[in-house]
Formats: sequence, C-alpha cells, structure tokens
Amino acid sequence: MKNTKKETVKKINLTIDGIEVGVDEGTTILDAARQLNIHIPTLCYHEDLCVAGNCRVCIVEQEKVKSLPASCATPAAEGMVIHTNSMKVRLARKHIVELLLSEHNADCTKCYKNGICELQGLASQMLTGDHMFLDLVPDHKYTIDMFNTAIIKDDSRCIRCQRCVRTCEELQGVSALGVAYRGNHMKISTFFEHPLFEVVCTNCGQCVNRCPTGALIERNYIDQVWDAIYDPTKHVVVQTAPAVRIALGEALGMPPGKIVTGKMVTALKRLGFSAVLDTDFTADLTIIEEGNELLTRLKKALLDKDPTVSLPMATSCSPGWIKFIEHTFPEFLGNLSTCKSPQQMFGALVKTYYCQKRKLDPKNVVSVSIMPCTAKKFEANRPEMRSSGYKDVDFVLTTRELGIMIKQAGLDFEALPEDKFDSLMGSSTGAAVIFGTTGGVMEAAIRTVYEVVTGREIPFEGLNITPVRGTEGEVREASLKIEKVKPEWSFLEGVELKCVVANGLAHAKKVMQDVKDGKANYHFIEIMACPGGCLGGGGQPIPTNKEIRTKRKEAIYEEDMGMPIRKSHENPEVQLIYKEFLGHPLGHKSHELLHTHYTPRKRY
Amino acid sequence: MSDTKLKRVDLIFGEYSNVKYKVLADTLKRTNDEILEDLMESGLRGRGGAGFPTAMKWKFTAQTPGEEKYVVCNADEGEPGTFKDREILSRVPRKVFSGMAICGKVIGAKQGFIYLRGEYKFLLPELNKELEGYNEFAKSISLDFPISIILGSGAYICGEESALFESMEGNRGEPRNKPPYPTTSGYLSKPTVINNVETFVNVLMIMRLGPIQFKLLGTTDSRGSKVFSVSGDTPIPGIYELELGMPLDRFVDEFGDGDTKAVQVGGASGFCVPRKKFKDTVIGFEGVPTGGSMMLFNSSRSMFNVLHNYLEFFEEESCGQCTPCRVGCQQLRKGIEAVKKSEKKSLYLDQLLKLSESMKLTAKCGLGQSVANSFSSIVNNFKEEMIY
Repeated sequence: MKNTKKETVKKINLTIDGIEVGVDEGTTILDAARQLNIHIPTLCYHEDLCVAGNCRVCIVEQEKVKSLPASCATPAAEGMVIHTNSMKVRLARKHIVELLLSEHNADCTKCYKNGICELQGLASQMLTGDHMFLDLVPDHKYTIDMFNTAIIKDDSRCIRCQRCVRTCEELQGVSALGVAYRGNHMKISTFFEHPLFEVVCTNCGQCVNRCPTGALIERNYIDQVWDAIYDPTKHVVVQTAPAVRIALGEALGMPPGKIVTGKMVTALKRLGFSAVLDTDFTADLTIIEEGNELLTRLKKALLDKDPTVSLPMATSCSPGWIKFIEHTFPEFLGNLSTCKSPQQMFGALVKTYYCQKRKLDPKNVVSVSIMPCTAKKFEANRPEMRSSGYKDVDFVLTTRELGIMIKQAGLDFEALPEDKFDSLMGSSTGAAVIFGTTGGVMEAAIRTVYEVVTGREIPFEGLNITPVRGTEGEVREASLKIEKVKPEWSFLEGVELKCVVANGLAHAKKVMQDVKDGKANYHFIEIMACPGGCLGGGGQPIPTNKEIRTKRKEAIYEEDMGMPIRKSHENPEVQLIYKEFLGHPLGHKSHELLHTHYTPRKRY
Repeated sequence: MSDTKLKRVDLIFGEYSNVKYKVLADTLKRTNDEILEDLMESGLRGRGGAGFPTAMKWKFTAQTPGEEKYVVCNADEGEPGTFKDREILSRVPRKVFSGMAICGKVIGAKQGFIYLRGEYKFLLPELNKELEGYNEFAKSISLDFPISIILGSGAYICGEESALFESMEGNRGEPRNKPPYPTTSGYLSKPTVINNVETFVNVLMIMRLGPIQFKLLGTTDSRGSKVFSVSGDTPIPGIYELELGMPLDRFVDEFGDGDTKAVQVGGASGFCVPRKKFKDTVIGFEGVPTGGSMMLFNSSRSMFNVLHNYLEFFEEESCGQCTPCRVGCQQLRKGIEAVKKSEKKSLYLDQLLKLSESMKLTAKCGLGQSVANSFSSIVNNFKEEMIY
C-alpha cells in the first residue's frame, strides 16, 4: 500500500558500515546498502515479490537496538547506524544458515541445482564445514512429488522461504501453493496435499524460476534427448522458441539482453541435432490461422449476426494460460482460439509435412523443442497433442536445460560462430520473434489482419504498433479503427477493433473477470501466463527479475527490427506450406493438424 | 471459581458500582487529553507481559491520521500457566468493555473487538449476554462504539499481536514484519490499539480511583497491581491480585510448599528463577516481568523435563515462517536430548546457549525471541540436571 500522493520524497540519512548515505523515504536498509555496493546476503527476498522477512539471513546490527533487524523488511530511518558485518551479525547469520542446512537435504551432488543453488552459495560463503548443529532431516517425513510431467517438488530441499507461495499468489493469482501446518511441521503444500498434477497448478514454472534451492525444479529430459541424438536410427529435429534466443546467453555466463540466435543454432548443430529449425515458423503460421479465425468470428458476429459465435477471442499460445482458463473460467473455453500453440503446430508438421518432404518415416523422427517455459512440457504431454499419429513433440527442454547441455558438451558458447536455421520450417519474420514478449502476438496479428482487410500496411511508423505493446504489471487496452476496407470485408468498415493485452495470470484473471461481469467489450484478448510474456517464462535462466526482463524485451524488439521480413503472411515458407500441403487457412488439413480443443477442469 | 482466594489488592475483581457503566459514562464526559494525562500519570504498563506504557500506545494511535481505527482486546490467553484473563472475562466483563470504550473515545475508533482464545469458547454465552447489555447501553448514550467477539482457533502464536490481526482478517496466523507497528497499521492495516484484557480493566480503575491512588501501589517502574495465576507445586493454586514489585522470596514464602526449587515467572516464554536468586528477584518490569504466570517447582521436579516440555511446546506452536524459530526450537530440543543421552558432549550446551541468543536477536516475533528466556535461565541455573 504505497501512498502515491506524496508531493516530495523525503530524504533519509543513515550510516552503513561507516559510510553515510541519503536515501528516499521508504527505502529499506537492504536497498540502501545496495546503493553503496554493500552486498547483504538474502534468501527469501526476491525483487518481483512482496517482502516476507522470514529467512532472516539479511539481518544487520543497528546501533542502540537490541535485536538484529532484517534489512529487507526494515525501512531506513533518520540517523540509523547500521553494521552489516559485525561480530554479532556474522555469528547470527552463520547460525541461521547452519539451521537451514540442518533441515535441508544437503545431498548437493545429487541435486539438479548443484552449483546454482542459493543456499549452497551461502553455505560456501559462510564456510559451514563444521556442521554446528544436529541433522534434522531424518526426523521429518518429506514428500517428493514426481507425478507431474513439468515440475518436480521435493520438500526435503525446501527451506520454507515462501518465494513460491508469494509467486503463485501475487504474480499468478493461482495460489496452487500455500503454507500448511505450523512449527516444525510447517511446509509448502497444495490443496489437501494433493500432487501438483491434481490441483490448479498451471505448470507456469514461475515458482521454479524463483526457488532458491532444488525444492522446485523442472522435470528435465536432458538424458532422453542425448539418447535420441546418439541413436543412429533417429532423426532428431529441434525447434527453438522466440524467447530462447535472447536469454540463453544468460545461462552461459553472458549478460542479459544479448541476442544469441546464431550462436544458439551453431551450438544445437554441434550437439548433434539432425535439423535445427525455428518455432518462429509456426508462430507465423499461427498468425495466419488465428488471424483468419478472428476474421471468421467477426464476420459471423457482425455480418451473419450469429448469436453462437464466441467473442472476444483469446489467444492460445501460452499453455500456462490454457490450463488456468480450463480451471478458473471453464465457461470461456469457447472463446479461446482453437489454434494450437506454435510448439504443437510445429510438432504436428514435423511428423507429417517435414517427413514427407524429407522422405523420413515419422516413427524414426524425434521432435525436440527448446522453450522458455515449463508448461510446454505439460502441453506436449496432453493426450490431444498426437494429431500426426505420433506424439507431436517428444521432449521439451527449457532454456536452462539447453544451457546445461551446451556446458556438458564443453562448448565455449561465447566464442561460437553464428549459423542459420536449416531450411524448411526454419524461416521466420519479425512478427514471429515478438511472440516472445507480451503484446507480441497481438501486434503480429494486427500487422497481418489489417493488411488482409484493407490491402494496406498498418499505418504505424516502422510497423511498430506501440499501443498494444504490453507492459509488465498492467493490463493494456487498445483500439484500432478499421477504415477503407476491401470490398469483401465491407462489414468491417468503420469497426473499432478492441484489444486487450495482459501478462501474468493475476492480470489475466482480472481481464476474464471483467469479461465475465460484462464490464469489458473486447474483440481480441492476448494473454501470456508469465510476467513480461515468454521472455519472463518459468523455463528461462535464473535469476529473472524486472530489470533482466526489460533487457530481454529490448533484445526482442531489436531482433524484430533487424529481420528482413516483419509480417507473418510474407514468410515464404509459410506461403509454400499452404501451396504444397495445407491448402488454405482453416482448411481441412489445418483443422486436423493445427487446431485443438480444451478440457474443462475444476478448481478443486 | 468460587473458591479463589484473593489477597492484598482488590482492584480488578472489586465490586461493580450499582449503576451499570457509571464510570464509563462519567469518563466519556472528560476530554481525551485529560484521560491520557491521567493514564500517563498513573504509569500503567501493558499487562500482557511486554509492559509497553499504555498511555504512549494510545497517544501514538490517536495521533496517527486516519478515519478508520480499531480497538482490539487481546484475550488469546495461551501462555502456559496463565489463566487470569479467563477469570477477568467471566467475572468482570463490564470493566473490560468499559476500558475498551474509553480507548475507542481517546483514539477515535468506531469499533472494538475481543479476540477470544478458541479454548475459551465456553465463555461465549455469558460474554455475549453481557455484550448485548453493553451494546444497548452504548446505543442509549449514543456512543458509536460497538464491540464484538472474534474466536481464535487454538494457535498460541495468534496471541502475538500482528499474527492476531492476520487471524482476525481470516488469514494464516503469522506475525508481520515490524515496523509498521499496530499504532499505525494494525487490524485491516488501520491504526489499532491492542491491549491485554487486564490492561483495559486497569484503565477503568484508574479512571475511577484517579492516578494518585493507583500509584500508591507498586514501585516506580511497576505501578499498580497485577493478577497472578499461581500453579505448580503450591498448596494454594489459583488467581491472586498482588502488588507489583514484590520480592520473589516473599511470594515463595506465601505460596510455596516449603520445598520450592525454582519459580518459572511468565510462563514458557518467561524466566526460571532458582532458589538461590529468590531473594534478589523483584517481580515487575525492573526485575522479572510476567504476564501473570507463576509456576512453582519443588525438588521432585526434573528441570530437564520442564525445559524439554517448554521446547516441545515452542517447536509445535512456532508458526514456522522464520528460520531461527522454526529450526532453532527443534535444534534446542534435540540438542538437550543429545546431551542428556551423552550423544553430545556437555560443552554442546554452550553452543546451544549461543544459538538461543541468536534466536533472541533474529527471530521475527516475540515467540522466537523469548525461547531463549526459559532456555538460558534453566540451562544456566540447572546445568547438572541437563547433563546427568
């Protein structure tokens, strides 16, 4: 609850480790110290979340105060004298880390997060080699939930920092995870302790991205992919999502915001994939199908006055969003575009179109995708995602898993030369690249739909439709007046197309509630489950926070601007696939391979 | 509780005036400044145990800007060995309501709540009847300050004020970060005065007797009297209202069974005073403060068992959110077991004492911070009982 009506921000002067500093009123001691480049260790603190102050690792000594306040939760006050590394602080902090370790299954060499675990980092910093306290792990019965295809939850590695709980509630509005029991039995659990696959969890993986330890991790398929690569009878095709190419570098030691498309392609080829293709291709295809679907729905509603048509139409690219709406607003499933996500369109086409063209037997083709997402793992395992007659996408790896594979292969990623995607389902446009950010699907769709309807390019400088570019943490509404249409679209003359863009499920919930309550009158809704869109996906490199997401977003728009073709319908391979294989948008083959249906689910 | 013998002081349970809510009605005619001045003069400090000056708390809340403010009576009496609030609420509920209404007037609150311990559900019928009377009276004098009761669900931690607010709001009972304090952000994040049951009664008594007479009782640091819950190895357990600032040896003379080895002052979160220190220990804010619990132990008791019992209690009643409390309590309990079984050397107790000190310094709320009180006072004073 910030008081936004403050006229002038008051300055607070305090001393930290002997250095005087002036900060804005309301700044915490932790942030004040950071301004001085003094690093106070933290665990439960995360830039994206509300302050919990429950791990107590960030304690500091305040002169004239008996206890040691948590710096993340204590606002700076005038005249405070703070010591971040005093004798008292060091002992207490070591005690706290030792306590966390004593109830933590510190089997580090067996842990997926070995080497990147924040608790492990603190332990090494504090030199906790002497094991001050007794091991409490044998006293507890810990649950390991391995039933889920996307996320594994291992309570024995949980330090109860509640980052996941706050993520699920604040960012996503889902609250699949909560705190159960108290005292020594306190744990992070689900509704009635059901396994994750039985509850409202959307598999978005935002919790995984924020978990400081190995308590919440993605189910990794690295070994299965290596096996496929080394199997001489298999043709292993890999597709890479738009948001991977602007974040993969982070997993390999590069700063955020670097475009590494070319290096990524080289790395994938060196890992041994038979063909390195681009999900962007099916992103463009999605625009053609979804754009036509939207126009069809608009025609039915405006021209045919068909009362059964479901408007607004909502995008269906984000599998976290799909599972969310299935649970939370099942009555609106008809409003979802029936288009599969680009990943699943790609998978279905690999085992049909691609195999035909390459003269391969689909049973020998393994289709792998690299995604910024953990929900994609769940999506690939949906029973309806087998329209090619085979599992459309066999294995989904996150950006992080690809990073691990590149390290395993001993590649010096930064030094790799750049290469291009293989052809046939490898070409893409700027419109596809921006699928990776919030507002991107909307922008790509408008670039195409407007041109289809009017025969003219969208009248925005450089094709940059900035009014629909989503912003983190807000719901963005925009409208576009359609004028001087081609004769066959005359029913759209003068229509004001109302769009809304939201990212983060907490905001999606708000949009859908408004639609449900009849407060909003949209034609087209774009929802991305994760904050900032796919670039902030649950499968992206850790850490992910607002600053890093902003850099990734800039990189995505930079990549868009650098593409020679920036409208989906101009993608030559997309034009080719309609000519050679699909026929026309929303045609019979499209329906069979590129469209899907949804399953109503319950909240409990 | 008809057999309860009262001694020395009879403020809290003293007779009601014949006219219901007379003192309240009289006090409401006074100005807020006059009331606060009297309270300040009286030196009244909170009776829940922490002893924050009541007048200051009310003044801060009154000064905090805001239309919506609340008065909350903390009746989540859960400290082991304390049972005086139950007695107060069942015998003199009108005094509690009156104290709350006076507070409401001073700070500008329009609503009062009593957060009643879940296990005290049996008090509800009587209490609700009395409350009806109060609410009617309030209406009759156009006092816009209704009081209602919210029942807890049995968690010790909800006696901690910020966890109590969370519980009232329907959330999990977990303490909040401080600052902000309740005086600026309490129930529903609005400025709130939260006081112990007995504090509100004391306020009323000060209004009735005047601060001068109230000050005649007690010492400079601990004014007035206190209701004590006396239990353990005593021939006369029960509830007694005694003057604050008494030396512990005189208390033991009166209540002990002649073989008193130690007195646990202030319940599980309080301090254990061994026999050799009875003489030098004053019961009050200048010495060992207490929310009312006085547990006597004679030489047949194992102090190891006493401590073990307390630690198990804390282990279970910790909310579990902060590391020092959740894990620290487990380590202390398991640690003394290991020493007792010779799995750890006796020197390990020093390690545990340091840990308890760290818990005191770093725990998020009073629960975790006060575990060290009983731990260090029992371990330091009865080390041989911990080891052999």
